[in-house]
Amino acid sequence: MTTTMTKPPADAAPEPPRRGRRRSKAARAGGTLHAGPIAYIILALFTIGSLFPLVWTAIAASRDNQRLAQTPPPFWFGGNLFDKLEIAWNDANLGEAFLNTTIVAGTSALTIVFLSTIAGFAFAKLRFRGRGALMLIVIGTMMVPPQLSIIPLYMMVAKLDWSDQLQAVILPSLVNAFGVFFMRQYLLQALPDEIIEAARVDGASSWRVVWHVVFPAARPAMAVLGMLMFVQSWNDFLWPFLVLTQNGSPTVQVALAGLGRGYTPDQSLIMAGALLGTLPLLLVFAIFGKQIVGGIMQGAVKG
Amino acid sequence: MTTRHDTAASPVKGGAAPGRPPGGRASAEADRKKRAKLSRRWQRDMRWSPYAFVSPFFLLFLAFGLFPLIYTGWASLHTVELTAPTDMKWTGLDNYTRIFDDEFFWNAAKNTLWIGVISTVPQLLMAMGLAHILNYKLRASTFYRVVMLAPYATSIAAASLVFVLLFGRDYGMINWVLDMVGLDKIDWQNGSWSSKFAVSTIVIWRWTGYNALIYLAAMQAIPQDLYESAALDGANRWRQFIHVTLPSLRPTILFTVVVSTIGASQVFGEPLLFDANKGASGGSQHQFQTLGLYLYEQGWVNQHLGRASAIAWAMFLILIVIGILNAVISRRLRASS
Repeated sequence: MTTTMTKPPADAAPEPPRRGRRRSKAARAGGTLHAGPIAYIILALFTIGSLFPLVWTAIAASRDNQRLAQTPPPFWFGGNLFDKLEIAWNDANLGEAFLNTTIVAGTSALTIVFLSTIAGFAFAKLRFRGRGALMLIVIGTMMVPPQLSIIPLYMMVAKLDWSDQLQAVILPSLVNAFGVFFMRQYLLQALPDEIIEAARVDGASSWRVVWHVVFPAARPAMAVLGMLMFVQSWNDFLWPFLVLTQNGSPTVQVALAGLGRGYTPDQSLIMAGALLGTLPLLLVFAIFGKQIVGGIMQGAVKG
Repeated sequence: MTTRHDTAASPVKGGAAPGRPPGGRASAEADRKKRAKLSRRWQRDMRWSPYAFVSPFFLLFLAFGLFPLIYTGWASLHTVELTAPTDMKWTGLDNYTRIFDDEFFWNAAKNTLWIGVISTVPQLLMAMGLAHILNYKLRASTFYRVVMLAPYATSIAAASLVFVLLFGRDYGMINWVLDMVGLDKIDWQNGSWSSKFAVSTIVIWRWTGYNALIYLAAMQAIPQDLYESAALDGANRWRQFIHVTLPSLRPTILFTVVVSTIGASQVFGEPLLFDANKGASGGSQHQFQTLGLYLYEQGWVNQHLGRASAIAWAMFLILIVIGILNAVISRRLRASS
């Protein structure tokens, strides 16, 4: 009885009025309780807390600098938004920054997804000597932050004369153990051994199996991983900041960091730049939010 | 492949029944012959293609992960100037004695620790509470989950720039609110603790929702019958949370603690941009200079890459110690339960 009660399908909302004690007890037993008003209040607070800085970025960008230097800070939009956005776009070299960031994040995300899928497939479904040890190394590399390697990388970039060149940012970002782990976890469950066997019986080589069996089966996870990697690369700060310059070929983050400097910075202009730099990703999240949430939660269960 | 597949499994059409032995006896025989012909190539494929599949990752890792990490240790034993990064002069352990004698190294270590604690502990606690609520039956549950991720979609640079304004001393929103409720305004940038708190707030804002989703995923994987039997034993909601939810989440909690600790040891962009004109010094009194910022200051402002390498290796050692501590603690916890 309890199982059917604690897992009510979609028709749970118009539930029959009061079935007495038994129902409330069953409901209390589950993790799937109906939320009370307090829960909704807390959620509302978190929603405001999450969104307010973003909304206020837009508000501040729509005002001018004098208005931001007055005591009750503005709570509603002024009329300057599009002017400010245009100035920020031109001042911070944002057009080029967008192009550069798209190239960097796109290349990096696509490559990581491809390499992670084939490696994840090998770790999940193929038998080979050293598999366990190699997988341990993959997990171990997730624990070493890439920041600790920046000095030799910087030397490499200097030696190859790669500063202000996009490959200097793309290549180091391709080392991504999380992707391998993520695809392995996904393929362990999503790809039945029988399908691979069937393809083998038909004489398919390993590469053919990858193209015709693994990629189709992994497509949802590949899409999610691609989005996560795109976001990560888009927002990457330290390394691009070291090897790209604001007037050379900056990414969006490098251009934004440059906006904040100067003795009398124009705050509303800075906010306009921050808004422009954030909007593309917010749009992606607004459209694919459900899938991204699903992907993060999927990657987490066994993480 | 597709054509061959059709002949082998023609009666079923399109592999509708995986695992079903392929078609008639004749085709099976032909198949066997073909396989014998291909067997040498087949064996080579079976043996080596797994390595081909994993090798790109490991080659990239060797070139851009492991080699630089080890080479950092080598560079830390040399004098290297930023202006001539390929010109290295041996100095032994000089760089290490220099940084261990530098009060700003210890200051940065302390700041990193405190900012790490102030940002990680409330963040994970709030994430846990939030996940618990998101695990209720909610209207528009997807909406909340996506909204919680909006800060994660915001870059460090954009978030830091906004929070600088919100934390402004004279005209910032937060001080205005404090003033409204009758409290004193706070000089967020120049105070020792207030600045750490403000920098931590940026970290908390960006990561709480993400961690909440991870906890939520783990909570949803807890079998319902655990709660049911706890309820039958008379446990109320709170005790169910303590005795069922938390123990089941232990591996996930450990995972988030490890990831957050690593992240906290690397904090860089937030303090760099929190006072953009002070830049790498992390405030007028170095009050929010983290180790990441100190590394950047030594390497790229003072142009001593060798010393910066020594700082990187010191951070690496600290991480190893933390990792060992973590392993010991989690083993203890597992043993005690």
